[in-house]
Amino acid sequence: MSTATSARPLTAPSSHAPRAGGTPRRSRTRTRLELALLLAPGLVLFVGFVLVPIGVAAFYSLYSWNGFGPLTDFVGLDNYVDAFSGDVFQSAIAHNLIIAALTIIVQLPLSISLALLLNRKLRGRTFLRMVVFAPYVLSEAVTAVIWLLMLQPGGFVDQVLRGAGLGWAVQQWLADPKIVLYSLFVVITWKYIGFGVILLLAGLQGIPAELREAAALDGASSWQTTRHVVLPLLGPTIRVWIFLAVIGSLQLFDLVWIMTLGGPANASTTMATYLIDHGFKRYEFGFGSAVAVILFIICFTFALLYQRFALRRDTDGALTRAVN
Amino acid sequence: MSRRNGVGYLAAFAVIGITVVPLLFVILGGFRTTAQINRASAGLPGPWVWDNYLEVLGSPYFWRLLGNSALIAVIATTLAVGFGSMAAFALSRYAFRGREAFYTLFTLGLLFPLGVATLPLYLWLRQLGLLENPLGVALPEAAFSLPITIVILRPFMNAIPVELEDAALLDGTAKLGFFWRILLPLSRPALATVSVLAFVSSWNFFLLPLLVFNDSTNFTLPLGVAMFQSEHSQDTAKILAFTALSMIPALTFFVLAERRMVGGLTGSVKG
Repeated sequence: MSTATSARPLTAPSSHAPRAGGTPRRSRTRTRLELALLLAPGLVLFVGFVLVPIGVAAFYSLYSWNGFGPLTDFVGLDNYVDAFSGDVFQSAIAHNLIIAALTIIVQLPLSISLALLLNRKLRGRTFLRMVVFAPYVLSEAVTAVIWLLMLQPGGFVDQVLRGAGLGWAVQQWLADPKIVLYSLFVVITWKYIGFGVILLLAGLQGIPAELREAAALDGASSWQTTRHVVLPLLGPTIRVWIFLAVIGSLQLFDLVWIMTLGGPANASTTMATYLIDHGFKRYEFGFGSAVAVILFIICFTFALLYQRFALRRDTDGALTRAVN
Repeated sequence: MSRRNGVGYLAAFAVIGITVVPLLFVILGGFRTTAQINRASAGLPGPWVWDNYLEVLGSPYFWRLLGNSALIAVIATTLAVGFGSMAAFALSRYAFRGREAFYTLFTLGLLFPLGVATLPLYLWLRQLGLLENPLGVALPEAAFSLPITIVILRPFMNAIPVELEDAALLDGTAKLGFFWRILLPLSRPALATVSVLAFVSSWNFFLLPLLVFNDSTNFTLPLGVAMFQSEHSQDTAKILAFTALSMIPALTFFVLAERRMVGGLTGSVKG
């Protein structure tokens, strides 16, 4: 371990050269080699398993293809036209959007309140944090199976409601096309609320205590401090959360697939379940690829717009500027 | 102040209830018989039945799935964190043309979670001969974990003072030596965070294993839980026991890593 404390005489400051302008050729070649060595493995992995498949999907999407044999049946943009003109896909997009909207309207206030609560000096806070985060670490599969069983007709949820005298509220949670999407949303909230809380707690810890103390000294009530000091400073974290939550809602698959397979009567189909249903269950690989590309374009457009209009301010350090 | 905390405790109890009750339903349900559950699914075990858990624990299938999941998660995490920290080092401590372009390329990956690319990925893996192979799942998982790894590590590595690097270089340490012996140890909190993220997302991943594995001996735990549920749909108690046991590894891992995770995330999101 060679740390800064060396007894060696510091002969010439020129040994310090590599980061400055006129570097000797040998060290420049060396730097290039190092860069190649450092970047290549990640780049190969990333290009090979992230970018190539997406590029390939765009290519397949122009063909009618069952996944086997050569690509011969070129259909141009027909797959895209078919997808957009189909009722099921249209309602799948709508379902994704409903989930995204509900997520922001319901989960965001809930996450913020929980994060503020968990940031207080309550007794048993550590335990409480663990509890809130626990569902987030469970796999979607486990979550889906748990709630699938609890929501069975006459199952746990129904019995608890009846026991509490709320028998009238009992529904066909997963079998009623009008209700199924909202039942799924409750499960989604249960599963993912912990993630928002983690993120916001981290954001809260980044807010200097001096700011709150200063506000308190100035006579601000704790609600005023929260409203006018803490929340604005949480802005960047909240905007990142919204971004991740919307992208997540657009990609929704596992929970829906295990709990309802998109049913009943396509009432809970999402873009991703539609994609897998057509690609793998019906061997429409060309059509499935087109749906994948559409899903990708929707996410990408949202990301670009959001980046451009909402996240931009955050990338150059909203807090530092606000404080200075 | 105390009234406010009173409301706080009340809210805390509600949260605990809503979160914990489903988990208790699973764990306690595993100690009942299906007949008991059908009679009153909100009840407590009476008498306590150990058979469900013992049967699952005694079946080689459960351990096989646990091993598969662990193997895949370890490979994916090692690759993502190893390659990711190398790339983050290059992108944070070297000045070269195209650096920001490389960084943007990697951050693009944040926009397409694995779900979008699965269909073509499946065809690509088929072509590479990686179906029914743990690597067929681990490699893509590592690739899709790279962006978040780099996005979290780069600012962290950036924040480590230049003076440390200068001192090390003056001392005759090569730049790569600085990376290995000084920067990586100093980045431990951030490395812990990205490892947890990569590990948990691999451990929980469902869609890709669903497509890559047909042979049930290759299944991962989440896949096994879903399949077990649909195959034993009459035997609720056994499903609950299987599900409860498969929750344990993730929860244990999480309890061990929780504190580091919040710590490591602080500062990754500017604000």
